[in-house]
Amino acid sequence: MTVPAEVAPVVSDVQRDREAYRRHQARRSTGIASASTVVFLVVATVAIISSPGWPRVRESFLNVEIARDSFGPVLEGLWLNVRVLVGCAILVVLLGVLVASARTLRGAVFFPVRLLATVYTDLFRGLPLIIVLYLVGFGLPGLRLQGVPTSPVLLGTIALVLTYTAYVAEVFRAGIESVHPSQRAAARSLGLTHGQTMRKVVLPQAVRRVLPPLLNDFVALQKDVGLISLLGAIDAVRAAQIESARAFNFTPYVVAGLLFIALAVPSARLADYVATRANRRQQAGGLV
Amino acid sequence: MTVVLECTGVVKRFGEETVLRGIDLEVVEHQVVALIGASGSGKSTLLRCVNLLEQVDDGVIRLDGEDITDPRVDVDRVRRRIGIVFQAYNLFPHMSVLDNVTLAPRVVHGHGREEAEQQARALLKRVGLADKAGEYPDRLSGGQQQRAAIVRALAYDPRLLLLDEVTSALDPELVGEVLALVRDLKGQGMTILMATHEMGFARQVADQVVFLDDGRLLEQGPPEQVFGQPHEPRTRQFLARVTDAGRL
Repeated sequence: MTVPAEVAPVVSDVQRDREAYRRHQARRSTGIASASTVVFLVVATVAIISSPGWPRVRESFLNVEIARDSFGPVLEGLWLNVRVLVGCAILVVLLGVLVASARTLRGAVFFPVRLLATVYTDLFRGLPLIIVLYLVGFGLPGLRLQGVPTSPVLLGTIALVLTYTAYVAEVFRAGIESVHPSQRAAARSLGLTHGQTMRKVVLPQAVRRVLPPLLNDFVALQKDVGLISLLGAIDAVRAAQIESARAFNFTPYVVAGLLFIALAVPSARLADYVATRANRRQQAGGLV
Repeated sequence: MTVVLECTGVVKRFGEETVLRGIDLEVVEHQVVALIGASGSGKSTLLRCVNLLEQVDDGVIRLDGEDITDPRVDVDRVRRRIGIVFQAYNLFPHMSVLDNVTLAPRVVHGHGREEAEQQARALLKRVGLADKAGEYPDRLSGGQQQRAAIVRALAYDPRLLLLDEVTSALDPELVGEVLALVRDLKGQGMTILMATHEMGFARQVADQVVFLDDGRLLEQGPPEQVFGQPHEPRTRQFLARVTDAGRL
């Protein structure tokens, strides 16, 4: 059998006209967008540079020499932030799943567990992180109990984990509740216990659905690890503070800020990518 | 004749509404019992009660003589002896067909992966899904998904198989393949209790047909009698409506 030759698609005049019009419109909007962006940037730059205080600001915030000198210590501090971040993230995910699972337990027997989990999430979602930091950082060692850590890094980590677990548990809970009850019924009807149903059927589907908001919380945690400097840990922010006091100049803070942004950009892009992929999957009607 | 399932005076309420008003029913080993009746007559609820997905509000359900409505009974252990297939398949979307089928044997019955997979592949082959073992459910047609769901319920060799309107969500041209599978299972001696709208199929395959109306068991008997000479006017009415709709 011979394969019929590929016939070139015949495009009607109407379609050609439509396509030409759309191309013209697209060029026009790109042009307008580019022009307005350039105008805005020029106006903003001129406004800032011509302001009366600009020379002073440039000297105290954007001093290249001081930036170069403070870069090393601040980067070293950032390494501590990264380690705290990784530790926090792992603990938060594990504890978040536990708290969320506790909140979704059914039956009268589990009332105390549910109540405890609910009170915990309400409390720590309501408390400002900075207050948790002070309470844990200065209150806990103040008890002078045997075995309570005194290291500001450890205490800071505990405070961050307490606060972020409350947020993340709620994200997981939303995911768990978004899995249709018929999935649970199917699993239980096969003889799986409640725990087996959660592990094998509900959580794998729930986690997939909440990955984008989870990554969003991760990006937020990334900058909040800088707050452990309040307890005296020498992280990037604290290092910047020290350098800034030494040089009598604010530039080290700008350096620290830029480093935090550099840390956050890849995570933010990853979060976007995961979210887009999840949307596309949903539109395709599939889950996997 | 061994009685596998015995319901006595089963009552189920959802809030103010009484869905089952005292159902007495027996399913004998190797028999197929078909539950027919309008939507909302209580067919699905009865199946869910038998599988303990719903708690009965009165009455007793016995499986092989054991009272499974006793609150002291371990529900997971009871469910291991019963397979159920739902109208909407309810396959696990994040697992391949093979994993769907082997989940219960591996996790609940403690079979090794290799043994479970070997058995699952044999079952899948029997229902014509040998080449779909590695696929995810959303890549399968409705008929294929429903056959996979039936295999999933068969994988742990249940004593009783419950089928809850297994063809209702299928396109008409896919109904046949699922019904053929149910007919095969009957041939192999499986004990089946099924809720169905497929009157023609119930007539051919069922040993007993049970007509439910508004939570009551109005009429029961061999298909020739229930479809041929129904005693109850309500049964005649229902069958007339179904015939008008071209389903008989």
